[in-house]
Amino acid sequence: MIETVNLTKKFGDLTAVDGVTLRIEEGEVFGFLGPNGAGKTTTVRMLCCLISKTSGTASIGGYEVGNGPDSLRIRKLIGFVPDSVGLYDDLSAYDNLDFYGKLYDCTEAQRKENIERFLKLLGLWEKKDVAAGTFSKGMKQKLAVARSLIHDPKVLFMDEPTANLDPESAKTVRDFILELKKEKKTIFLNTHNLDEAQRVCDRIGILSTKLIATGTPQELERALSSGGGTRKTVVLLQEQATDAILAEVRKLPGVGNVTAEGNKLEVALSDPEKQNAVLIEAIIKAGGHIQSATIVGASLEDVYLKLVREGGS
Amino acid sequence: MRLSKSWIIAAKDFKTLRKKKNILYTLFVIPFLIAVLIPAVIGYVAHKSPAELVVFLPAFLFFYVILAAYLATPIASYTIVGEKVEKSLEPLLATPTTDSEILLGKGISAFLPPLAAVLGGSALFMLLMDLTTKDKLGYYYFPDWNSAIVILLLLPLALLMSVQVNVIVSSRVADVRTGQQLGALAVIPFMGVYLAGELNLINLGEASNLLIIAAALLVVDVLLFFVSRATFRREEILTRWK
Repeated sequence: MIETVNLTKKFGDLTAVDGVTLRIEEGEVFGFLGPNGAGKTTTVRMLCCLISKTSGTASIGGYEVGNGPDSLRIRKLIGFVPDSVGLYDDLSAYDNLDFYGKLYDCTEAQRKENIERFLKLLGLWEKKDVAAGTFSKGMKQKLAVARSLIHDPKVLFMDEPTANLDPESAKTVRDFILELKKEKKTIFLNTHNLDEAQRVCDRIGILSTKLIATGTPQELERALSSGGGTRKTVVLLQEQATDAILAEVRKLPGVGNVTAEGNKLEVALSDPEKQNAVLIEAIIKAGGHIQSATIVGASLEDVYLKLVREGGS
Repeated sequence: MRLSKSWIIAAKDFKTLRKKKNILYTLFVIPFLIAVLIPAVIGYVAHKSPAELVVFLPAFLFFYVILAAYLATPIASYTIVGEKVEKSLEPLLATPTTDSEILLGKGISAFLPPLAAVLGGSALFMLLMDLTTKDKLGYYYFPDWNSAIVILLLLPLALLMSVQVNVIVSSRVADVRTGQQLGALAVIPFMGVYLAGELNLINLGEASNLLIIAAALLVVDVLLFFVSRATFRREEILTRWK
């Protein structure tokens, strides 16, 4: 549904997006993770035909991004939730959606049906005649999401849709994305929120000007874990971790970073399955009493931070 | 270019304008106030002779051309930069509408309200002027061919020019205030013509002179349309404006 090959955007001497190649299948929810200035918004703007690409190719639904007539076809095919909601504050929720429905050539019947459907789904139907300017941030964000869906697009681009929302509003938006996923909509989700990406996305791309990794959240975690160094054993002790225990553990071969917080000891190991027996023996020898010992793999956060730091350097 | 798309954008802007009471008051109060005040002064205070009135009346009517150019500024200067400031431009640009359709829609929404205001104001001005000067002149001065040229040709063309200048300015500046200040400069050429009339450098009571001004305005309006299309750059608007 979405395909880019070496997609690049330069602003003068600054390369904002560098050779991004990716393929997103129909019905897939693809999360785009990256720090501020990584090029996420620029990529989305290029794909939504809002700004031109410097080089490379991109297509959506078989239409070529950057080709004049195809740009209009792409814009009909997609819905877009920008990072700022951009509603008309003086217009009611209903009129905001109706305006966009008309621009997307929806018939009056389609507009009525979709406006009612989405406002009800997002809990805004009772406020349909209220000026959007009086809405809370969360309500405005929900209305912006409804606006992007008014013409029933096949592809949805969402740029930080839950940023700055309270947890309840963020959950409503996330749940709504999951509903859309059931409808087999292709969703391209720019987000900073790793937990959100993990919960909602089928696959994730990590961008730091260049696309530095893609895969399912599980694949990314496994890839980092098998790379060594970041798997760890979390040991819960019956007492506080003493200096003697820490010293004994640090002496062991193959041990990486060791941290202690209260009775919790975290020990990075290259092969915890093999090393845990020796680790436990060393803790007991140093006078520790163990409640439990658990092997923990790399989290998406670990993967993200490692890749972004490496990408940055 | 589909006119229907432009009309959708204009209709939305009209709806928004209805909520902006300050702009509406400015738009309609000034032309109607002038329509009442000038005839009152001319008829009851200034005591002009018939010969003086025949010189003054066309010049006063030309004042509505200046007013048309001026009244376009508050709405037209806000068109693009207003959408940008309110962050509504990006979702609008993401819809299947072309630059020409957006510009035309913005042009219509900035053109029709001031046009209605100045047409209404000038009609009232002519009516009241006729009522207050008939005794001195012995006939109703308005309407005549010159006033028809001013009202039906000069006034819309001047308004169109001001709208286009303001839309161009609006798509190039980063804040509303700068847009309004620069856009208001569109009035200057018309003030120049008015002053030239007052200084007897040009006779604004002469139909041929008015037609020459109208022809010049038509050429400028056509040129400005192409300039506005060429200067409307989506990418620059989205990426360079802060």
